[in-house]
Amino acid sequence: MSNQEGVTQGDTNFAIQAIDLNAYYGTFKAVNSVNLSIKRNIVTAFIGPSGCGKSTLLRCFNRMNDLIPNFEAKGTVLFENANIYGPTVDSTEIRYRVGMVFQKPNPFPKSIYENVAFGLKINGYKGDLEEAVEQSLRKAALWDEVKDRLKKSALELSGGQQQRLCIARALAVEPEVILMDEPASALDPIGTIAIEELIRELVDDVTIVIVTHNMQQAARVSDETAFLMTGEDRAGYLVEFGDTNKMFTDPENQKTEEYITGRFS
Amino acid sequence: MQTHNKQKFDRRINNRKTTGVVLNVILIITLVIALTGLIALLAEVLIKGLPWVSKNLIVNYPSRHPEQAGLLAALMGTVWVMACTATISIPIGVGAAVYLEEYAPKNWFTKLIEVNISNLAGVPSIVYGLLGLALFVQILALGRSVLAGALTMSLLILPIIILTSREAIKSIPTTYREAAFALGATRWEVVSNVILPSAFPGILTGTILAMSRAIGESAPMIAISALVYLTFVPSGPMDRFTVLPIQIFNWVSRPQEGFRGIAAGGIVILLAVLFIMNAVAVYLRIKYQRRSNE
Repeated sequence: MSNQEGVTQGDTNFAIQAIDLNAYYGTFKAVNSVNLSIKRNIVTAFIGPSGCGKSTLLRCFNRMNDLIPNFEAKGTVLFENANIYGPTVDSTEIRYRVGMVFQKPNPFPKSIYENVAFGLKINGYKGDLEEAVEQSLRKAALWDEVKDRLKKSALELSGGQQQRLCIARALAVEPEVILMDEPASALDPIGTIAIEELIRELVDDVTIVIVTHNMQQAARVSDETAFLMTGEDRAGYLVEFGDTNKMFTDPENQKTEEYITGRFS
Repeated sequence: MQTHNKQKFDRRINNRKTTGVVLNVILIITLVIALTGLIALLAEVLIKGLPWVSKNLIVNYPSRHPEQAGLLAALMGTVWVMACTATISIPIGVGAAVYLEEYAPKNWFTKLIEVNISNLAGVPSIVYGLLGLALFVQILALGRSVLAGALTMSLLILPIIILTSREAIKSIPTTYREAAFALGATRWEVVSNVILPSAFPGILTGTILAMSRAIGESAPMIAISALVYLTFVPSGPMDRFTVLPIQIFNWVSRPQEGFRGIAAGGIVILLAVLFIMNAVAVYLRIKYQRRSNE
């Protein structure tokens, strides 16, 4: 599927669908008319050179860009068949259901326990808090490493552990989608592998969209890949989107092939 | 390689090292000068004042005889004014800082407000005293009361509290905000659960600095109260009052030698109060930082 084919609206196989999505920082257009559909329970990777708008596009999916002054999104992002940029939509509701993990591990300066419990508490979780925290830490493959020091500061953990804690924190509120913005770029190779393995385990329960600079990483973890590039107007656009194996072995677009093989200017 | 380098670079390594050593010495001298002034001041006050620091000084009211004079009224007045000032200025100052940093749109109007808050921090304190006299004492008819004094002091230190609280809030990494928002937190939840707890030590430091300035201010209190001979302790915010700096100023200006000594004793008490306030702040900050890191 390429971006020219458009998007079939309201298909329940898709977790998120962008339809003619444009993003602006003030007068600067960062994302130019992107159409793409993210399938449920797979990993979708966004790749492309720096400044191609892949992070901006990702942050359109949970309205994280709303926090940036002068940002404006035009177009449609369908989540559960409703436009998340619709006039009556509450952005906190979107962010509660579409979680996010950031480039740099950003645990709160609180205890490990409080970090995971944070989202549960503010969203009024009615069940057993301790049980939910344990389950989230287990899902993030961190429980065994931290179970004896849940009351210790999260900042004492290693970078890789902090990032898994952030994933546990995001998982705790049971989001349907988790957006990951270069989640391993600040980690060492061992931490990176742990995150990649975790992503593959999590995808059975949750849809994952990951932005990465690392093409090997995209090839390793993702099922589908979107390749974005900067157009002549400096706005990012979608060049090619489809099955990861096919894109890395037999891309349709000349530019994709050049980028993947490293012959990119 | 070596000959190549020698031809191309004149590294003057000895000159550069000498510059470093000279600057190092100059910096140490500036530190010594600053510290000498402070130590000399403290020594002078302690040598002259300590003999006068006694139970009498603390439990007695002012008297014509230096041996019997005490500053109970002024000490309690200072405690009352500071307690009321803190109650008034901290919520307002921190609230204004939170609004400016977290809620206010970034436009020319908020810029204008920000610049003017910085300007207000530099306005001489007597101006606030006259404003307090006109606004609180006369227009609002609060009289020359503890409350009027505390409101005036609040005006004086609000700019400092707002500025330092804003700096403390600004220093909280954006990533904390993003993390909380990404979990579906509302703006208020982000502020109350993440921003304020993290900024608390910084806000506390700024507040104590502001209070330390207020406790030593005499000009605005002279404009409002000017009472020096007070033989009762304020029992409520509407009572008349005097404060330590006014009492000390009064004693210093008396001709008898004994009052100079007791003034020095008063300064020792004032410094002690200041020291206790700062110690409490440091204790709270350390305790709070440890708890938030656990």
